[in-house]
Amino acid sequence: MGEFLSGAPAFGLVLSLAAYLLGDFARKRLKWAWLNPLLLAVLLVIAVLLLTGLPYERYIESAGLLSFLLGPATVCLAIPLYKRMRLLRRNWKAVLGGTLAGVLSSLLGVFALARLLHLNAVEYASLLPKSVTTAIGIGIAAENGGLPAVSAALIILTGIFGNLCAGLACKLFRVREPLARGLAIGTASHAIGTARAFEMGEVEGAMSGLAIVVSGLLTVVLAPLFAGMI
Amino acid sequence: MRWVSQAAIILGFSLAGELLRLLVPLPVPASVYGLVLLLGALHFGFLKLQSVEETGEFLVSILPLLFVPAAAGLLRSWGVLRSMWPAALLAVLVLTPLVMGITGQVAQLLMKKGGREDGDG
Repeated sequence: MGEFLSGAPAFGLVLSLAAYLLGDFARKRLKWAWLNPLLLAVLLVIAVLLLTGLPYERYIESAGLLSFLLGPATVCLAIPLYKRMRLLRRNWKAVLGGTLAGVLSSLLGVFALARLLHLNAVEYASLLPKSVTTAIGIGIAAENGGLPAVSAALIILTGIFGNLCAGLACKLFRVREPLARGLAIGTASHAIGTARAFEMGEVEGAMSGLAIVVSGLLTVVLAPLFAGMI
Repeated sequence: MRWVSQAAIILGFSLAGELLRLLVPLPVPASVYGLVLLLGALHFGFLKLQSVEETGEFLVSILPLLFVPAAAGLLRSWGVLRSMWPAALLAVLVLTPLVMGITGQVAQLLMKKGGREDGDG
């Protein structure tokens, strides 16, 4: 079985799509609002790989189309943003100020944790870019003496948890404005969180997409200052 | 053919992003360069929204699905995270919602002065 599957080029795609549909079904039909299709899909894929003994490399190779499309899909975040250009221009201070506050609190929070839990310099530098999108984050880790593989795992965990807790966190911290919600989600949990922001509304999604870019660039500039502190 | 032409334009911007990254090698992924280029082209009227809208919005709508293979890579991450798991756990579970709260609150404070009253929703 594993032998056949690992040779079938469509296997990874079918597995990914089926797992995602099942996650979506579970939330919509069974009304499990807390359940997140991405999280369930990831757990299902991991379970199937463990059960069949199929190597992850084979899976990622045959699901490569999905990973490739991440690039063009990120480029297309320009479209919802363009549609909300007026809102963005009128509120550019809130966009820059909010995102800067978020980036600084993320970096400071990581610094505090590193001090508290005695992380070494490599672990600390790998944790610093946890809130920015993967492609930017692994670059930041490498430039500041961290390990890109560690950062990639932390970034994805942050995204999945941000996607999961976005609604609750916005309620808890009384973030009610759609623009502020979008910025908050994108700054804290990059593109994986942005997927959740689009479910809340178009303004939330557009601003979350914008926050990926702004917070990514701010972190590129600010992370080296923090990296020198441990 | 509409989907084909829209896909060609979008992939063209991805490619342009990759080229621009070669010329301006900041630690920023090619897709972010592509995003800025596409936004510029739309904003300055070089490209009509309708010529990328449907395919582009489709791609944005399947964004979470596109993360499934990369996220399944967590399967192999335990080894690299083992030495720092308490910090990793706290960073993810505590800092993520906290950063959301701070970002959102500061943005809301600044919006009050900025003019949300005539907001276009």
